[in-house]
Amino acid sequence: MIDTVLDRIRAIPEAGLLIGLLVISLAAPFVMPSLATQMAFLWLMVVMSQTWDTLGGQLGYNSFGNVLFFGVGCYAAAVVQRDSGLPYYDALALGLVLAGFMAVLFALVFGFALLGIRGHYFAIATLGLGIAAGELAAGWDYIGAGSGMAMPLYPGGIGSRELFFYFVMFGVATACFFTLRWLYGTRFGLAMNAIRDDEDKAEAMGLRTTSIKIVAWAISAFYLGVAGGVAGNMLGFIDPRDVAFSGATFGVWMVLMAILGGKGTLWGPVIGAVIFHITKELFWTYLLGWQRVALGVLIVVIVLFFPQGIMGWVEARRAKTGGQAA
Amino acid sequence: MSLLLDVRAVTKRYGGVVANDGVSLQVREGEIAGLIGPNGSGKSTLFGAICGAFPVDGGEIFFEGTPVSHLRVGAIARRGLVRTYQQTRIYGEMTCMENMRISSRAAQGNFLSLLRLKARGHEQHAEDLLAFVGLYEKRLEKAGSLSFGQQKLLEFAMALMSEPKLLLLDEPTAGINPTLINGLIDRLQRANKELGVTLLVIEHNMRVIMNLAQHITCLAHGRVLASGAPEAVRNDPHVLDAYLGAQ
Repeated sequence: MIDTVLDRIRAIPEAGLLIGLLVISLAAPFVMPSLATQMAFLWLMVVMSQTWDTLGGQLGYNSFGNVLFFGVGCYAAAVVQRDSGLPYYDALALGLVLAGFMAVLFALVFGFALLGIRGHYFAIATLGLGIAAGELAAGWDYIGAGSGMAMPLYPGGIGSRELFFYFVMFGVATACFFTLRWLYGTRFGLAMNAIRDDEDKAEAMGLRTTSIKIVAWAISAFYLGVAGGVAGNMLGFIDPRDVAFSGATFGVWMVLMAILGGKGTLWGPVIGAVIFHITKELFWTYLLGWQRVALGVLIVVIVLFFPQGIMGWVEARRAKTGGQAA
Repeated sequence: MSLLLDVRAVTKRYGGVVANDGVSLQVREGEIAGLIGPNGSGKSTLFGAICGAFPVDGGEIFFEGTPVSHLRVGAIARRGLVRTYQQTRIYGEMTCMENMRISSRAAQGNFLSLLRLKARGHEQHAEDLLAFVGLYEKRLEKAGSLSFGQQKLLEFAMALMSEPKLLLLDEPTAGINPTLINGLIDRLQRANKELGVTLLVIEHNMRVIMNLAQHITCLAHGRVLASGAPEAVRNDPHVLDAYLGAQ
């Protein structure tokens, strides 16, 4: 039964699948306007999961500090929108671009410092990044310190704000998906996988491993930074510890979503983000009071039963049944 | 023939252990050179030193006349000095063809050149080399699913894909089915003659190395015990002592 369904899905050419998803995504906020913000957050989750997987899945470097780029993006956009004096949309556009580039700058600096460390040591070193950033932001008056920053009010009419940010976030997620899809298909993508499989060997074969790692981190940081800028506007308020540099929520979720969907695959993080986000929202709605317990159980179940993720499970099943790839 | 590799009095210590003690060795362009010695005699350490895996404690290594002992592994590889490992190293989660594609010289470029060149380049060359080592049928399989011997052959093909000037092979026949060893010797010789790759080979199988190498260096306790033509080294009393124990 499951295999028949999987075979049917595989028989759909990727282009058809993409167009179908595009149509659904464009229509969704009009069909279900009350869920527009929830769906915008879904796209945020997709960006988080995908950008985490660039290093975590494709390159084999588990980062627990990527939330740093998200937070930097939140604040960069907020500062531009507060201080630039430009009209709302101009300030927003400039702020989002700057959010991306500030995140890249942080990725370059920390990449240079940390990407020489390998394996568990890198994971532990990055764990400190988000925490330290949250504490620093909470003590810096220029960005509102512990009381956070309120975002400028959206000038449009009632109901249009949700739609507007839905499409902005959808645009970011789509651009991110296609950038990564293209990147993984180039020789750069192969080089990332080579480093994941055996970094010493890759170095001994003359690959410029350090710069490949830093550039990969910077690319993922760019989209995460832009998404942070959009998210701050969607929420309307940035708290340093609970929103921008929230390692316990966003920081952990992005890892889980990528693992759930399947590390090191293009579609895995997307699928993982969708399933995780929907499940999480259902927990918050129907298991209120127990939602965090349920989420914790879900995490354990994910790691126990899908150690290779959903895509990994599909691949293994395909190998077992001898089915052909689409 | 000009000197391609010139190792001059290289010393490497691990704490109190002197793994290489003033080792000198030359490899001429176009030849197949052999490196032998009992276990723990410092052969793999010398390979590591030549490839830049660690800084040496004394001496200097010249590749094509330029000192290279201060360079890192990657920089030395990009000059055309590549090694294979005793414990085979391949990219296990990638297919054989992907392993080959990422081993080409074009993969050694900077970020922009990696983007410019699509992964499909050099396809024919990669397929030819896989056929050369007898792995063409396996080209779309995951490298990690190959047997140990096949992985060794793949690693050899990957090294050839990078068009090295000098290839250092660490025990190429270890773990290979004895019936396949003759075929491997033949391939090493063809790589040397037809592709113009100079080889420096660590080998424990005396029959193999005596047939293969034109020049052999024997190490023991981190020092050069003997060096010269295969026959001369094989009959050297010091070498016999080192392998069979002093009488």
